[in-house]
Amino acid sequence: MQVQPEGQAPGVDPQEQHGARSYLIGLGYAVALTLASFWAATTSFVYAPAVPVLLAVLAIAQMGVHVAFFLHISTAPDQTNNFLALLFGVFVTALVIFGSMIIMANLNHMMVPMDQLMHMQR
Amino acid sequence: MSAAEQALTGVSDIPLALRGPAPVRVVAGFGFWLFLLSDIIIFATLFATYAVLSGATADGPSGVELFDKRHVFLETLCLLASSVTCGFGLLASYRADARATYFWMAMTFLLGLCFLRMEGTEFASMVAAGAGPSHSAFLSAFFTLVGTHGLHVSVGLIWLVIMLLQLATLGFRPLIARRFFCFALFWHALDIVWIGVFTIVYLGAK
Amino acid sequence: MFGRLSWSAIPFDQPIIMGTCATVGAGLLGIFALVTVKGWWPYLWREWITSVDHKRIGVMYMILGLVMLVRGFSDAIMMRAQQALAAGHAQGYLPPEHYDQIFSAHGTIMIFFVAMPFVVGLMNFAVPLQLGVRDVAFPRLNSVSFWITAAGVLLVNLSLFVGEFARTGWLAYPPLSELAYSPGVGVDYYLWSLQLSGIGTLLSGINLTTTILKLRAPGMGYKRMPVFCWTALASNLLIVASFPVLTATFAMLLLDRYCGFHVFTNELGGNPMMYINLIWIWGHPEVYILAIPGFGVFSEVVATFSGKPLFGYRSMVLATMAICVLSFFVWLHHFFTMGAGANVNAFFGIATMLIAIPTGVKVFNWLFTLYGGRVRYTVPIYWTIGFMVTFVIGGMTGVLQAIPPADFVLHNSLFLVAHFHNVVIGAVVFGVMAGMTYWFPKAFGFTLNERLGKAVFWCWFIGFYLAFMPLYALGLMGATRRMQHYPNTHWQPLMLVALAGAVVILLGITLTVVQIAVSIRQRHANRDCTGDPWNARTLEWSIPSPPPAWNFAQLPHVKSTDAFWRMKEEGSVGRTLPSSFEDLHVPRNTPVGFFLAFFAVILGFALIWRIYWLAGVGLVGALAVALIEFWKTDLEIRVPAQQIGSFEHAHAPPFLRAPSGDLETVDEIADDRDRVQAASGGRS
Repeated sequence: MQVQPEGQAPGVDPQEQHGARSYLIGLGYAVALTLASFWAATTSFVYAPAVPVLLAVLAIAQMGVHVAFFLHISTAPDQTNNFLALLFGVFVTALVIFGSMIIMANLNHMMVPMDQLMHMQR
Repeated sequence: MSAAEQALTGVSDIPLALRGPAPVRVVAGFGFWLFLLSDIIIFATLFATYAVLSGATADGPSGVELFDKRHVFLETLCLLASSVTCGFGLLASYRADARATYFWMAMTFLLGLCFLRMEGTEFASMVAAGAGPSHSAFLSAFFTLVGTHGLHVSVGLIWLVIMLLQLATLGFRPLIARRFFCFALFWHALDIVWIGVFTIVYLGAK
Repeated sequence: MFGRLSWSAIPFDQPIIMGTCATVGAGLLGIFALVTVKGWWPYLWREWITSVDHKRIGVMYMILGLVMLVRGFSDAIMMRAQQALAAGHAQGYLPPEHYDQIFSAHGTIMIFFVAMPFVVGLMNFAVPLQLGVRDVAFPRLNSVSFWITAAGVLLVNLSLFVGEFARTGWLAYPPLSELAYSPGVGVDYYLWSLQLSGIGTLLSGINLTTTILKLRAPGMGYKRMPVFCWTALASNLLIVASFPVLTATFAMLLLDRYCGFHVFTNELGGNPMMYINLIWIWGHPEVYILAIPGFGVFSEVVATFSGKPLFGYRSMVLATMAICVLSFFVWLHHFFTMGAGANVNAFFGIATMLIAIPTGVKVFNWLFTLYGGRVRYTVPIYWTIGFMVTFVIGGMTGVLQAIPPADFVLHNSLFLVAHFHNVVIGAVVFGVMAGMTYWFPKAFGFTLNERLGKAVFWCWFIGFYLAFMPLYALGLMGATRRMQHYPNTHWQPLMLVALAGAVVILLGITLTVVQIAVSIRQRHANRDCTGDPWNARTLEWSIPSPPPAWNFAQLPHVKSTDAFWRMKEEGSVGRTLPSSFEDLHVPRNTPVGFFLAFFAVILGFALIWRIYWLAGVGLVGALAVALIEFWKTDLEIRVPAQQIGSFEHAHAPPFLRAPSGDLETVDEIADDRDRVQAASGGRS
């Protein structure tokens, strides 16, 4: 029984006969980036304070690999809504994480140390 | 408009936004994509909490003392491999190849189960060592974040079993094809979240 | 066996609650008896409870909101009465443990179970009709969303009779909301009912966003969408972005309370300030989720009743999306005093002031739409003008508090309370009332009584100012919010004025109920046979009132904004009946929403009372219901062309019919239209 798709959906690879290649290429990049991340975390080869930045770059790159090669999200005209939705999601994610970190760092910095606080209550 | 785009859409001159209601598959896919983004924002909240509380170990054990990088590397490979097998299973479903679909999705299930088992043993050993979630804010945040991801993987595996049962009973009708597609989106998104988890939680542990 | 539940959970010793219980019980029994005796259950089940039609679901949301408005407002009147009495040595009639539950319930109910259902209901009803399509993207999911919200409503109402409610305020800040300081079930009722309704809202947000972005009539590009649909898009994007934060934050508080986690506790490294940060990341977009569709309603109303296109369509759309984006950058203004420091406070203070600018652009556009138009002073226009005055005042007091040093004086005072009621009542309540009056004839086929509508407006308008202007003064004098009693007797006269205002609003709410009853009695006199009682501009007015299940027999081809007005200007080309009709498919009804909600109530109640075996029953039941639905393949009903044809012919507007009863030719229709327009004094 042949599948009758009711239309082209976003995320579908238009050239389905080459679909398997996309996943294999993605796998290759992802494995390489994973190995690189684990290496970066344990090596003394990289300047230590730069390691978190390197890890972040590698993680973002690998997320990009997943989005492009597994989810097939791109800037093609029939993918515009999906791409914009992704950007929106990334924007809110960044806002929640970095906004919270900045605000909480400031709050914690200004917070009276707990022992002094308990002392004030007596 | 390029020939490829024409072939894709079958209509030449009218912009996409003006063509009237989109086909069901496009609508379902986009709706599910929005749901996934909302799920990722849940994880963003949990990541933010983890980031804020990662130092609050209450004189208890910290991440560096508890985490085993080799273990995490194996978990990562399991999940990554399962993402690829899921992709192959999806391609098989497009071709309405039942045997290939069952095979690749069964591989996905097994790899996902491996991942869960490894995570389960990690959690159990932490609890046994007195580093359960109620011992410090850092541990609470860790178990919440990583545990929620594990919960999503578990729900995904249950969903996968249900999908295979649906395939067996209902065949490759469009409804089932759409659901496989949504499952694949879900499974890939979980792997994307895991990239964040292993980078920030495990590799970033101080 | 029954967890923490026992007979002592029912407050037999509290007469007010027992009295309410008796009244509500008697009322419910009466309604059930009436429905049974009249044999209405099959109709209700078939046409409403299992309906997946966005119009029916929209109406049910509105009914839900109205019912909960009564409870939320009862809380308000009780609070006003208490504050009017408890000055100096007097203690009023509500002890603090009771008063604290009342203000917590008031806020929770008004935001989550009145305002959200009203706004979601209006969007559900109007958006597909305005977009020229047959339903939302996921009709069955729409039904699930509604019923799960209703499940949350049921749980929060149960808290009145079995157990207690939270005493923490409507946002349940820790450490007060942690198990150590709130050991009872109140906070659990709060958390589980909001988790349920939060899921409903999130699914609704996904549904409507997908509808607006993927399902529009042919030719309706983004720049031809009605402004209400743009505001619905902005609001639903905010829902999709912000409700997950609420879900995750409540989940962590639940983990703290149920599993001994330490995310927000005082001990072992927990950080209560993180809760406040996260909850307001949700909380600020939430108020815009409520206000932005209100703005959309006013845009539609002002254009229709001025007889002109909305002034500045593009700037309106840009302003809406600017508000949507900026609403993510202001949340810290809810906790300036928590101690983030001057730099952080300054950023958020400036951002808060900036967000007033696009709002101002919208106000000017509304004013310029009215200016030069032939304004018809109908009830929706009353609400609109009332809104513009009220919201501008409220917005100004908001910008005032956006200055951190000012906020250090005014934070958590009655000034703050007056400000947020000012903006919420102005934008949301007035917007919903305007929208309800505007779209009522479309939903039911007859208009609401105009005189009573104006009376309702004046009661709300006068009542609002009487109730809340004194609170601004009191706040400046130093009065804090949530006071069960206060020592300064000089404040009492202003509190009495506020109570008077609340009584006037109570009259307004009563008159709303009366208005609906009277309008139903007068429905034949006020019947709308044309589908277009207001001579309006958008597509929902081009179909009969009430619309058939399929909305449009043929999807309209849209060529501009105000698509229906364009059709009218082109001379009835779009209003003749097609010569032939096609079979259509409409989604089949399903009981899945109702049954999922049934098991959700069991699950929620069981978790609240720690009856874990019962929670298992709820979970398994919900899964079973979902699986049964998952296996359904026959999801649509075919409506034959002949049925569609005879409906459309029967409901054709009168002017499409010649005196002979036959349908007129296009020329005859054009002549009729010219005659009618000449009689009404030219084109408006």
